[in-house]
Amino acid sequence: MIPEFGHFALILALGLSAALAVVPAMGVARGDPLLMRSGSFIACGIFVFLLFSFFCLMESFLSDDFSVRYVANNSNSALPVQYKISAIWGAHEGSFLLWTLIMGGWTLAVAFFSNSLTFDMKARVLSVMGLLNVGFISFILFASNPFDRSLPFYPQDGADLNPLLQDFGLIVHPPMLYMGYVGFAVPFALAIATLTTGRLDAAWAKWSRPWTNAAWAFLTIGITLGSWWAYYELGWGGWWFWDAVENASFMPWLVGTALIHSLAASEKRGVFKSWTVLLAIATFSLSLLGAFLVRSGVLTSVHAFAVDPTRGLFILIFLVLVIGGSLVIYALKASGIRSEVSFKWNSREAMLLTNNLLLVVATAAVLLGTLYPLLYEVLTDGKKISVGPPYFNRVFVPVALLLFLVMIIAPFSRWRKTGSDRLLRNNWVLFLIAPAVVFAATLLFGMTFEPLALFIETIALCILVLLGKSWRDSAKGGWRSPSASYTGMILGHAGMAVAILGVVITVYYSEGRDVRLQPGDTVSLSGYDFHFESVGKVKGPNYVADQAVFSVRRGGKEVAMLKPEKRFYSVARNVMTEADLDPGIFRDLYIALGEPIGEDAWAVRLHVKPFVRWIWVGGLLVAAGGFITLIDRRYRRRKVKTALAGAAT
Amino acid sequence: MTLKKSFLIPLGIFLLLVLFLGLGFQLKDPHYLPSVMINKPFPEFELKDLHQPEKIRKKEDLIGEVALVNVWATWCPNCVIEHPELLRISKDESITLFGINYNDETVKAINWLARREDPYRFSIVDDEGKLAIDLGVYGAPETFVIDSLGVIRFRYVGPVTNEVWQQEILPIVEHLRSSQ
Repeated sequence: MIPEFGHFALILALGLSAALAVVPAMGVARGDPLLMRSGSFIACGIFVFLLFSFFCLMESFLSDDFSVRYVANNSNSALPVQYKISAIWGAHEGSFLLWTLIMGGWTLAVAFFSNSLTFDMKARVLSVMGLLNVGFISFILFASNPFDRSLPFYPQDGADLNPLLQDFGLIVHPPMLYMGYVGFAVPFALAIATLTTGRLDAAWAKWSRPWTNAAWAFLTIGITLGSWWAYYELGWGGWWFWDAVENASFMPWLVGTALIHSLAASEKRGVFKSWTVLLAIATFSLSLLGAFLVRSGVLTSVHAFAVDPTRGLFILIFLVLVIGGSLVIYALKASGIRSEVSFKWNSREAMLLTNNLLLVVATAAVLLGTLYPLLYEVLTDGKKISVGPPYFNRVFVPVALLLFLVMIIAPFSRWRKTGSDRLLRNNWVLFLIAPAVVFAATLLFGMTFEPLALFIETIALCILVLLGKSWRDSAKGGWRSPSASYTGMILGHAGMAVAILGVVITVYYSEGRDVRLQPGDTVSLSGYDFHFESVGKVKGPNYVADQAVFSVRRGGKEVAMLKPEKRFYSVARNVMTEADLDPGIFRDLYIALGEPIGEDAWAVRLHVKPFVRWIWVGGLLVAAGGFITLIDRRYRRRKVKTALAGAAT
Repeated sequence: MTLKKSFLIPLGIFLLLVLFLGLGFQLKDPHYLPSVMINKPFPEFELKDLHQPEKIRKKEDLIGEVALVNVWATWCPNCVIEHPELLRISKDESITLFGINYNDETVKAINWLARREDPYRFSIVDDEGKLAIDLGVYGAPETFVIDSLGVIRFRYVGPVTNEVWQQEILPIVEHLRSSQ
């Protein structure tokens, strides 16, 4: 019965979502405050039913109810319990239920944390959120119901969760990612609501900022975790593959980054308003587009879900309605918005404009590369082509480099006029010392001299020092401590610099070798001696494995003992390479056990990856920066507006 | 309010994108996985019969009329789902079904069929997955349509439901029969 309860709760949530889409909007049309306020209660109801439905699916997994098709396909009685829970979002149907639950959560958050909005505006925003909820929940009910049963013939035991997904990274990666994707629905809903009134004021930008920052910070964590997971789980030692699904998460992030900056300019200076609205629409649209690409099967990818044509069609129609509809509203309403404020080329406004242009160009480049195989296939009637890292590296990296250069001065520029010439004057010592420090560090670590790497490292160092000084100066100012927004901004940019430092050093100085080894052999790489001690069998809960033991020495001293495995998952009949690594601040040692070759010998992949951890630490710092801005007092100040004098209390 | 044309640009770009996505989407019905084996002869093999292990089955045993070759296994939940439909086809439709028991344990497979009834004229034991590799099988279940000369004409990935049979497989079978 439990799956049926879950199914029924979903139907109720759909009904309530339809009510949320209609009732508050009707209140706005009639000027009825009671109807406008009802939105908050309906939002509560939606969330409660979605949560209940989610728990029903969880219960089906925990009780091994293999008559539920989704459970049978993605679980097994031998699966450890934490993976039974994460298996809920291990495939399409369940992960979309999680997506919908998160959407319900954001809707509830809007209902509770939007006191600074007028009743009228809050009602409009909730109605837009309600419409989106209707779309998502009907998609689940009509095209991907996780509660479907396969009665009367159901399997005795489940097919097991894909072994790749039996991992801590997968437990946390999708929820974070969805928090980001779906979170962008809030600034989107506000943009649409504001467009319908025709008034884009500072309050709109101010209200959008914390929501955008929150969604963006979640997405940052999601992408960072995804990269980290790919690194240790896929066994290739890479951390970014320009895979279609990775790109699908990266594009909303890029445009979302542009949105964050553009919102700042719109709030403080009233510039770029219609552009900012367009970015808010674009960010959420790219999140939806990502969902379409991943779930419709138009693109082939290692991450793609098992597909069904009705689903793709449904999402495509949904895309047309939501994105097409919002762009029509935009075309009709946004041309009335004026923002005529002048600024100088080296003012903060100009810097933000540059930032926006570069980010949009970068997004367009990624979008083109992601969709090009599809365009090619359509235009040539079925011929196939693949676009790989060479394209993305050639097109994306120069744009990213330009962005990074702008980051030296942009955070320190001022509204309307410049502050950057003073910056250069005050810090000429830094610009002399930084290259010398980088030079010395390169010598110290015994690395080769790569001009571009040294250049980027120098910039990263300068940015970090300047950010630190700037924060200290504002803290020393005496009359008040730096605001949370400011601290968050500094931390976010510093995190970016740390991540880029990690990327550059990893890309330029990693060493890797594929070798054939027998127990007793030793290989040297980047000054480390990898000694293959032995290989034996081990048994896990739902797999058996060949486990190799390596001791790694440096200068005769043992630094690590690594045990990479080759696992065979008996139910899913899948072989998995479980790499082992020794993490470190300045380098990772990484061993993946490949195929056995003949008597006793194995193909082994060895990597020494300097600074690779900085990429993810940087990513987490960026996200932390985003979250810190949320505690800023400005956003918590409760402002009661009296647009509806009778209703406001 | 006047409508400035430049504000229509985003909409235009989006519509263009939708056009391509729609076209691309039509191209890619995921059940027609591109198979290099389409219109190629069925691969040669010499494998044991599931029920009579002393008997070695060869490619020639499949040839003679339009037939279905179904890749199945006891570990595959979708095989359970399609099984009633395969049984119905073997009884009601005048077409022969051959089974390839893929990467499985023979005893389990025999019990599985005994419990559920056997729709196949015979099943071939492909316990090392060699034939499946030659066929380019992604996973079970997969169903191939071969013509009377033993040439592969169609491949379906996923469980064969009544809808799939009516809309996708039956038309091809009838077409092949009429063109003989």
